[in-house]
Amino acid sequence: MCAVKQPTTRTAPAYTEFHPRWYRPQVSVYWWLFQRQYLKFILRELSSVFVAAFVVITLLQLNALRNGPEAYARFQQWLQTPAAIALNVVSFCFVVFHAITWFNLAPSAMAVRLRGKPLPDFMVAAPNYAVWLVVSGAVAWLVLR
Amino acid sequence: MERQSNEAFFWTLFSAGGVIAAILIPVHIFLFGLAFPLGWLPAPSYEHMMALVRLPVVRIYLFVLCSLPLFHWAHRFRYTLFDGLQVKHLNEVIFTLCYGGAVVGTVLAGYLLWNMG
Amino acid sequence: MADKIILEVARYSPERDAKPSFQSYEVPVYKEWVVLDALNYIKDQVDGSLTYRWSCRMGICGSCGMMVNGEPKLTCATFLSSYAHNGSKVRVEPLRYFPVVRDLVTELSDFLVKLTKVKPWLIRHDEPPLTQGEFLQTPDQLDRYKQFSMCINCTLCYAACPVVGLDPVFVGPAAIALAQRYNMDSRDQGTEERTAVLAHPEGIWGCTFVGECTRVCPKHVDPAGAIQQYKLKAALDWVKSFVMPGEHKSKDVRSEAAND
Ligand code: SF4
Ligand code: FES
Repeated sequence: MCAVKQPTTRTAPAYTEFHPRWYRPQVSVYWWLFQRQYLKFILRELSSVFVAAFVVITLLQLNALRNGPEAYARFQQWLQTPAAIALNVVSFCFVVFHAITWFNLAPSAMAVRLRGKPLPDFMVAAPNYAVWLVVSGAVAWLVLR
Repeated sequence: MERQSNEAFFWTLFSAGGVIAAILIPVHIFLFGLAFPLGWLPAPSYEHMMALVRLPVVRIYLFVLCSLPLFHWAHRFRYTLFDGLQVKHLNEVIFTLCYGGAVVGTVLAGYLLWNMG
Repeated sequence: MADKIILEVARYSPERDAKPSFQSYEVPVYKEWVVLDALNYIKDQVDGSLTYRWSCRMGICGSCGMMVNGEPKLTCATFLSSYAHNGSKVRVEPLRYFPVVRDLVTELSDFLVKLTKVKPWLIRHDEPPLTQGEFLQTPDQLDRYKQFSMCINCTLCYAACPVVGLDPVFVGPAAIALAQRYNMDSRDQGTEERTAVLAHPEGIWGCTFVGECTRVCPKHVDPAGAIQQYKLKAALDWVKSFVMPGEHKSKDVRSEAAND
């Protein structure tokens, strides 16, 4: 804490201390609602809730598997209920949103350079999508085989 | 200054979980949550699923698939709560709940996969 | 006859008002007018008490930043015509999240203090003798930090960043980008000192990668990218400190910072 805070009081010009007359705006609790970009950001962050929901469902599925064929059949029936389908539709949309934003933001975290020149963003993002497709295909093949 | 290395640790888990979630979870939800229940694709039999889950590689895969995304969630969710609701004073509680949840999920995943017949 | 639009300008007088209010002015719109031209028109022709900052009117001094219809903009580089058709309204407010001194003028001390905190200058541990000549730099080496050096300290990115608003101690986009500008400079040796300040919940770890700073930056500095690269590097350093415990160099710097 102190490493950043102390200098503020030490080096801030004296006249800025206790200055009574500025108007200091307050951030609304709903700051993320009224601007498209902020809303998109919050939705991106909330995609993590559906990621967690997926893990919970997967744990339940593993538990059902462990408890034998009947339990697994019951679990599969539950997956067919409208509520479960609805949840999975929403989850799917959110995780795809997560994947796309994640892949597209990756280039800005990795300034990849090739022979001294920075690679254009799409060249950094493209392999992500390629890996995504191949891995998805592999998983599907293993499960369906 | 201890928080410094902690943050790097949590961020590393967050990123790793984000990658796993982005690459693997969509296809899983598509298959098990939509395609099989809705009959778009023939659902694998119980035996096939068990045969898969018995493989050690698959268990490790499933463990990673469950654990890391939970830490990804914990990181994002705690910041969303701090910022979205402006509840900085509940900092510690939220932190404990989020990462506590992720640890519980990880332990559960480990337990289930370890004891999978 | 030129088109007319209504400019709704935030007014705040510390002597009179408890909080800002809007005042509407009718201004003509010419094709080549930027928002700043309209403000100058008001000040010259209508209401001399309107207060705002500007200087270069060519997007280089960084003093004319304001919220235009809710977006942080350099008003000298924002054409009125892109917002306004005949009869429409355009809102001009002081940059968000900063304390307001008067009308459209924000108080920048906090930003300037944060800026100095990241030591945005070349740091050398060894000073080679002058006879050795200047430090040479290849175009590639220049290219690594050039983008981050384009910052004009206009603070638009602070007005775009919700974390700045929510967490006043957050060092903020431009300051971190400038730290990165020196970190990436082949002549600089101060990375560890800066990391001691920035690998911190109030530095890089406070950022949630909203990405708005990069979107609004008029100089394409990409502060969000700078911060993510910084995070990635800090995370890799952390991993490295596990794999090779002895080699983690930033340790001594850290204890130094803890002492001060
Ligand atoms: S990074 Fe861009 S938006 Fe931020 S102060 Fe510098 S020039 Fe302005
Ligand atoms: S007046 Fe200098 S940047 Fe706009």
